[in-house]
Amino acid sequence: MRVVAVFEWFRRAAPASLVVGLALTLVWVVAAALAPWISSYDPIAIDAANALQPPSALHLLGTDSIGRDLLSRILFGARVDLLMAVAGVVGPFIIGTTIGLAAGFYGRWLDTLLMRILDVTISFPYFVLVITIVAILGPGLKSYIISLTVVNWVTYARLVRSETLVLANADFVSAARVLGLSNGRIMLRHILPNAIVSASVFVMTDAVLTIVLGSSLGFLGLGVQPPTPEWGVMIAEGRTYLATAWWISMFPGIALCTLAFGLSLIADGLAQILDQDA
Amino acid sequence: MTVTPPLLSVENLSVAFDTLQGQVQAVDQVSFSVNPGEALGIVGESGSGKSVVCRAMLQLLAANARVTSGRILHNGRDVLTMPADELSRYRGEKAAMIFQNPSTHLDPIMKVGDQVAEGLIAHRGMTRPEAAQKAIELLETMQIADPARRAGAYPHELSGGMRQRVMIAAALACEPGLLIADEPTTALDVTVQAQILALIRQIRQDRNLTLVLVSHDLGVISEMCDRIVVMKDSRVVEQGPTAQILCDPQQDYTRNLIRAQPSLLPPPAPKPRTPDAEPMVSVTDLSVRFYYPRSLQDWLTRSPRGAVQAVDKVSISVRKGGSLGIVGESGSGKSTLARAIVGLATPEAGTIQIAGVKSAKDRPRFVQMAFQDPFLSLNPAYTLEQTLAEPFIAHGLCAPSEIPARLKALMSQVELPVALLKRRPGQLSGGQRQRVGIARALAMSPHVLIADEVTSALDVSIQAQILGLFKDLQRDLGLTLMLISHDLAVVRYLCEDVAVMRHGKVVEYGATSDVLDHPQTDYTRALLAAVPKISLPLTRT
Repeated sequence: MRVVAVFEWFRRAAPASLVVGLALTLVWVVAAALAPWISSYDPIAIDAANALQPPSALHLLGTDSIGRDLLSRILFGARVDLLMAVAGVVGPFIIGTTIGLAAGFYGRWLDTLLMRILDVTISFPYFVLVITIVAILGPGLKSYIISLTVVNWVTYARLVRSETLVLANADFVSAARVLGLSNGRIMLRHILPNAIVSASVFVMTDAVLTIVLGSSLGFLGLGVQPPTPEWGVMIAEGRTYLATAWWISMFPGIALCTLAFGLSLIADGLAQILDQDA
Repeated sequence: MTVTPPLLSVENLSVAFDTLQGQVQAVDQVSFSVNPGEALGIVGESGSGKSVVCRAMLQLLAANARVTSGRILHNGRDVLTMPADELSRYRGEKAAMIFQNPSTHLDPIMKVGDQVAEGLIAHRGMTRPEAAQKAIELLETMQIADPARRAGAYPHELSGGMRQRVMIAAALACEPGLLIADEPTTALDVTVQAQILALIRQIRQDRNLTLVLVSHDLGVISEMCDRIVVMKDSRVVEQGPTAQILCDPQQDYTRNLIRAQPSLLPPPAPKPRTPDAEPMVSVTDLSVRFYYPRSLQDWLTRSPRGAVQAVDKVSISVRKGGSLGIVGESGSGKSTLARAIVGLATPEAGTIQIAGVKSAKDRPRFVQMAFQDPFLSLNPAYTLEQTLAEPFIAHGLCAPSEIPARLKALMSQVELPVALLKRRPGQLSGGQRQRVGIARALAMSPHVLIADEVTSALDVSIQAQILGLFKDLQRDLGLTLMLISHDLAVVRYLCEDVAVMRHGKVVEYGATSDVLDHPQTDYTRALLAAVPKISLPLTRT
């Protein structure tokens, strides 16, 4: 049976980092999926009477300055942060891979043109460019995802292009040409699956960066807008109370760290597996 | 008669590697010794453990290697347990090593003179200028022309043969008594190989150097060595004096190894040649050029782009069902010629006519190619099934339901078990991959098969099998064969005609027996002379 085979593979061959990383990430995915059912409070319901409560049996992780339950907010926040991680990475990955593949495969003027566009994009400081675009489009999750897509494809394009340049001269690609296969088939079937390896490892690392950057934007007030629970925003809200109510910033911080750590471990594990195969 | 103690003796050595798949035994209970002044050859196929033994002699084993038993004694001291300072004196002063690939074993960002001088400064306590002077003398001993200027060059500015000379100079700088050479000429052209081997022989005489030479090439070993150790599957199968091993081998493996030498393959039965048969492929005045990227200076001065004339007005033809060998050294343009015929390189001038091909779209059905490196010529992400089914699907050669039967037929044509179809290239041996590459070319049922150095990356015994396969295929399918090779023996075995190429031009062209037995040009003669041969009539038994 398939499930058994997958399980067997994990037990036997999967690097520890991949297993731990997947487990950590899975915990947050489950938490996000079940948030409405496992949280005992409305994440945006204000309860001024119970403001700044330390962790207790009633509020397991305490409450914030306007009495919202932190555990519920963190669980719902997982939805926002995971969405950010996925949406912020998919666009750049697809665009960057396509551009890198086309530039590396066709070369000549197309390569020159695409790579100069890439150079122009890279010449702006990354963080400043993201913030500028978000500021122009107006704060919010959607603006953040759009700005990432505009800016972040360059890394994928570079990775895939350099792999494509090497692969386009590999003997098995020559063999495919001699067989009279079309360019499209050669690109999609022979080059892409081999060129995409390092980009797929980078996706995981990039998801971490996207969450951390998104949280930073939230912290600056340019990201997800209150009262939507988002970990970065929550950390920012707690900073005025750090001395008296440490839990407001602490617990979203721990949540952010564990998810980021999990994704990094997945990236690490993937890299190990793919290196073995190569 | 007094028995001189051996200079180096390997006793009961076993080495295992720790890998993710568990422990792998690389060397198993190996024992042999090297006498002072002697030349010992270690011969074996890839994976036989010969390089691991070599590296152990200098304690250069990889971090995941573990010596599970045995010792290596040099003048009574165990190399494997030497303290660090003694070991560093041993390496360089007493024993030195040269490697297969001089381009990866020289530091690319250090001038070669400095690399030779490094050991002199470390071991002999020379000052920098003294060492630099000595390095130039050493380079001169290695027969490098204009050594003072070459000493200031970086490795990439030198040819492969030159780099190997530099590596030998660096190894011999501190006058070690023992030189270990691990496949020192495998990456070189035959003529360069002959020069390097002559140089090593000269140095041995001048310095009374003890040599351990490791090679897969029995020809090289038999020319250079007094005694031979034959290794297979991590063990020593046989050892003894060269003449005895060659003339009276005791083991089947050794006998097979000798029989598989291309120079000893039986010459083909003379075929009835039909010179009037219509040509299958005819190439007329073909020229191919490669251009350098245009530099800013070219752009500004509007000067023409720099170019390399890879193929220069070449005319050859092969008759239907015939076989043509194209030989030459690396850079002679032989591969470019092949690539132009299959459409991978664009000709600048001249014509390529293939009987039956009216437009470039027809070409894949008529001409196919098998590639040199079995590790690069298959898509690593594909199973064999996917690789072999692709031509059928992409060209709609048959109904999808027929594909499994076609694949089975292909696999049996190249003598591979059908069970392998589910595997990926990473799970196959070099010889198996090469067969898959040939099967892929045969999928299109081509009339012409071009084989570009298909056997040069393979062990001799596998090479003999692949050559046999080509012979069978040609007979059974009536294929027209074009064989690109640097190995004259391979061409002699398979081809009725041969073209010798140099600097993009065909210098000699005719029937194989005429060209190889009565060469008309100095170049062909030099190529023939450079091939290391096993001279069996040495026999005294």
